[in-house]
Amino acid sequence: MSSPPGEPRKIGYLYILPALVVYGLFLLYPLGRAVHLSLFEWDGISLGKFVGLSNYADVVADAGLRAAFGHALVLIVFYSVLPVVIGLALASVLQRARVRGLAFFRTVVFLPQVVAMVVVAVAWRQIYSPDGPLNDVLRAVGLDGLARGWLGDYAFALPAVGVIGTWFETGLVTVLLLAGMARIPRERYEAARLDGAGSVAEFFAVVLPAVRGEIAVAVTLTVIAALRTFDLVYVTTSGGPGTSTSVPSYEVYHRAFELGQVGSAAAIGVCLTVLIFVITLGVNRIADRA
Amino acid sequence: MKVVALAAAALLLATACAPGSETPEGGASAPSSVKTDAASLGDVSLTVWDQEVRGGQAAQMAELNKQFQAKYPNIKLKRVSRSFDDLKTTLRLALSGNDAPDVVQANNGRSDMGEFVKAGQLVPLDEWAKAYDWGSRYAASVMQYSRYSADGKTFGEGNLYGLPQVGEVVGLYYNKEKLTKLGIQPPTTWAEFEDALAKAKAGGELPMQLGNLDKWPAIHVFGTVQDKTTPADQITTLAFGRPGASWKTPENTKAAENLVSWVDKGYFNSGFNGQGYDPAWQDFGKGNGVFLIAGTWLQADLQKALGTKVGFMLPPGTDAGAKPVITGGTGLPFAMTNKAKNKDAAAAYINFITSPDAMKVLTATGNLPIADTAQQQEPAGLAKDVFAAFGTAVGEEGLVPYLDYATPTMYDTLGAALQDLMAKKATPQQFVDKLEADYSKFAGK
Repeated sequence: MSSPPGEPRKIGYLYILPALVVYGLFLLYPLGRAVHLSLFEWDGISLGKFVGLSNYADVVADAGLRAAFGHALVLIVFYSVLPVVIGLALASVLQRARVRGLAFFRTVVFLPQVVAMVVVAVAWRQIYSPDGPLNDVLRAVGLDGLARGWLGDYAFALPAVGVIGTWFETGLVTVLLLAGMARIPRERYEAARLDGAGSVAEFFAVVLPAVRGEIAVAVTLTVIAALRTFDLVYVTTSGGPGTSTSVPSYEVYHRAFELGQVGSAAAIGVCLTVLIFVITLGVNRIADRA
Repeated sequence: MKVVALAAAALLLATACAPGSETPEGGASAPSSVKTDAASLGDVSLTVWDQEVRGGQAAQMAELNKQFQAKYPNIKLKRVSRSFDDLKTTLRLALSGNDAPDVVQANNGRSDMGEFVKAGQLVPLDEWAKAYDWGSRYAASVMQYSRYSADGKTFGEGNLYGLPQVGEVVGLYYNKEKLTKLGIQPPTTWAEFEDALAKAKAGGELPMQLGNLDKWPAIHVFGTVQDKTTPADQITTLAFGRPGASWKTPENTKAAENLVSWVDKGYFNSGFNGQGYDPAWQDFGKGNGVFLIAGTWLQADLQKALGTKVGFMLPPGTDAGAKPVITGGTGLPFAMTNKAKNKDAAAAYINFITSPDAMKVLTATGNLPIADTAQQQEPAGLAKDVFAAFGTAVGEEGLVPYLDYATPTMYDTLGAALQDLMAKKATPQQFVDKLEADYSKFAGK
């Protein structure tokens, strides 16, 4: 008599073995290798020197690097918080208004996601330039005092980079939330209305709880995007002016490929991985519990 | 899954050895005897990696390779051509591989050529330099850019590790039409130059274009100012990152103060830290701005944009007869790898593409040859100015290296420090302190 499907249990592992091999080869091995490299002082060609955890100590001790992590946290506001708030507003309007050609608007909102980040960055570099369109508009409406070289301004460079992120991520968040809202049964709205809820109360009582899962997904995706920002900073400011927009991913590239400090770069990369892991884990825990 | 990851990592740590242990230690050494008769070397195949991919650069390489093949049919050339960035990122791996190229174009700086020398991947060319008499063709101030000590620690002196084909120098582009309109002659002294800036400002023109968003462009402007305040040998020591000099000197502080005073007087376009490098020189090309401090690499583009309106000169000295001190350097030198199968053939190739005849081919294809500039049939227009300026700079041994060569981190430190300085986020004193910290940390080793 043959055993029931899936028995013996060990056969199960055989089915997932191909996936495990790929996973191990392309994810676990490089990850382990990065951890390994982070323990050395290595320039990329000659013999490395084992230095234990001192690269990690440098990550904590280096004021410039701490600042870079701080910039990444600021970017979370622009990449994640703002897009979720704007996305919620946009999605509920688009959902409620039953606009004609909803698909068209959805496409327009989603469009930035389709464009490669490097192209986005080059375009925004033009927009922000001292004689670019943004300053032209400011001057046209008489706000000459506000016009400036945005990406070269110490106070505004980081927010300016952040706004590009907001513009980029809002579309993704909106489309995600729209999908979530479309699943809400009409009866719930009707019930809320019968209870005398206005549109604001309805939003908090019906819409928000229903799209909690989508919000968690959106926050996870955008927070990761914020923390691993590289291309945007690389193309728009190279971390400048001064070091006011440098972020950890940029430092990883900079150290590994430009300065030949592979060990230090690996240590930053590992720290960044851990940070992203912890934050996303936290976000999902909170979303599950609520 | 976490357990698997940990186990994998632990296994790795236990078994793997130190990174880089597969590459040889110590410097490669030069052979004691060399052969210069390439035709007698028998059948040889030579793999060459270069980055001469664009327009006239590609044309000269193709032409020279064709001539080389015609002269030495026994040496079979295999050319691999990549863009600068591609070459820079792939060369490290290629050199340590078993199938390494014989001749490569390697960037002069510490992060490339210096590292390769340290790892013993390049062969010193001094024996061939003697045999082919390269010293009579190349100025010492040019050859210093390809010199390293055998351990790669000292840059600018020691063994010769490569020969460049083309030169570059940072000078003043000026708009002739605007100077005429303002009633100013092209300046012949530094004081006249600053005077011209003031007059341009007073005349309602933008005195100088600068786009410093990319961080590095101000390095050339600062270098030009520093060349006037600081003795050339001190700049050379600082820029090669050798011990024995200091950033914290009155001369360097004065250079920084001078640059800040230009910002205060409004000699630069507003928002220069937020303007890209390309938009800035393109704007100069559209006729905005009287002066532009930039390298000879912009020659073709500015000629096209401004035609007869644009001129080029070396930054004037403190007085008309002063010896020129000019930031400049060389194109990427051609170097020989220690895996080159026939080193005499590789040397013969390097000699061929840098010979006096090769310099003529370079000129004919619109490049700026690094040697024998005076012997070339001078082209017309802006190129004539550029040739004359470079000839003077090299002829009088006036080249000083780019300041960002100094340490592996100086490109970034200096770029960021200059943005801080020119945005008034740092005083000239803080500026030199920051550079000194980077320089002494490296040169002190």
